Amino acid sequence: MSEFTLWDIVYNLLLAARWTVLLSLTAFVLGGLVGLLLLMVRTAGNPWGIRLVRGYVELFQGTPLLMQLFIVFFGLPLIGIDVSPWIAATLGLTLFTSAFLTEIWRGCVESVGKGQWEASASLGMNFTQQMRYIVLPQALRIAVPPTVGFSVQVVKGTAVASIIGFVELTKAGTMITNATYAPFTVYGCVAVMYFLICYPLSLFARHLEGKFRHVAR
Amino acid sequence: MAYKFDFGAIVPHWQLLFDGVILTTELTVIGAVVGVGLGIMGAWARASRAPVISQIVGVYVELIRNTPFLVQLFFIFFGLPALGVKLTEFQAAVLAMIVNLGAYSTEIIRAGILAIPQGQIEAAQSLAMNRVQIFRYVVILPALKKIWPALSSQIVIVMLGSSVCSQIAAEELTFGANYIQALNFRAFEVYFVVTGLYLVMSILLRMGLKVLGNFLFERRRHV
Repeated sequence: MSEFTLWDIVYNLLLAARWTVLLSLTAFVLGGLVGLLLLMVRTAGNPWGIRLVRGYVELFQGTPLLMQLFIVFFGLPLIGIDVSPWIAATLGLTLFTSAFLTEIWRGCVESVGKGQWEASASLGMNFTQQMRYIVLPQALRIAVPPTVGFSVQVVKGTAVASIIGFVELTKAGTMITNATYAPFTVYGCVAVMYFLICYPLSLFARHLEGKFRHVAR
Repeated sequence: MAYKFDFGAIVPHWQLLFDGVILTTELTVIGAVVGVGLGIMGAWARASRAPVISQIVGVYVELIRNTPFLVQLFFIFFGLPALGVKLTEFQAAVLAMIVNLGAYSTEIIRAGILAIPQGQIEAAQSLAMNRVQIFRYVVILPALKKIWPALSSQIVIVMLGSSVCSQIAAEELTFGANYIQALNFRAFEVYFVVTGLYLVMSILLRMGLKVLGNFLFERRRHV
């Protein structure tokens, strides 16, 4: 018990925090790609596509992230696909992230005036061109602040990956607590580290909100 | 490899899942009611321009909003006993949910309060209402009405987030699911069923909150 100094605790937590950051980035990038794809399906206007994406969003927003991770982590091995905690966490968080980002971005796309679509259609643009040249450039500017804001949710979501045994910040905290019997200090440090990752993102999102406010109008 | 689904394996354990649903519901109801109450007080404190209180509430809001719920739960359940505060699993889970929702709803409700036209408050002042009366009769209901959808989503998020309370052995729905999974290794079936239960619960909760919103905000219009 005595061989752990506060520095040892912090140092080991910092090592684990790298995995929190890496998992967050991976989930955010992959989730963003899947989300973009779903957004395309959704805005293309095929009724089945719309229904499918709506169901997808409802499913992943209406169920706990933990359940999604459990199904991937405990379920897939049953059908012969072995998944490591890293793969399961990445997969689960990607699904979760994509559902939320699709919904956030849909709002942004819809806030681009209908006249913009009609005008570009009257210029003979097809859907891809309309998206690429007219709608996305405008929607993107509106989308930046809420997207940065949502990244905080992704970082916090990675904490749940500790439950399926992925050693990131929270899991490391539990392991160190078991070794040191100093839960107050350890979880306090863990919380501070999450805060140090998330708070700058929150501030940045708020800053962007102020900056883009006049653009959105 | 072909996997044979056997949902029958869940049936003998239905009681566990039923108890889990009940406990999750209890956690959610208490967490939502007290959490939103805390949020209303927090929002009032932040809007009241009493600098010290406003700043304390601000720190609380930012701390909670920028750390994971799971860590807050662990801190409360494992960390607080070091200060002599010993809580049962249920108490810790409920407290974590209240503290968490309190912070989010403070921000949400504050946005609603800021959206109340200043003229309304000035009109109330000219009727010689005091601050409590103004808040009670003029500010809070229209403010809540404006942000009710956002608040409802946040309550649903907190309900879903309660699934991690299984980690401190609070015997809610996820705990029941894990227990059954450990008994018969029917992971797919158990987690599919429980995911479905959560989905139904979140849909019902959203509908319930909508009805509650109508009851709170629409009925009074005619009075």
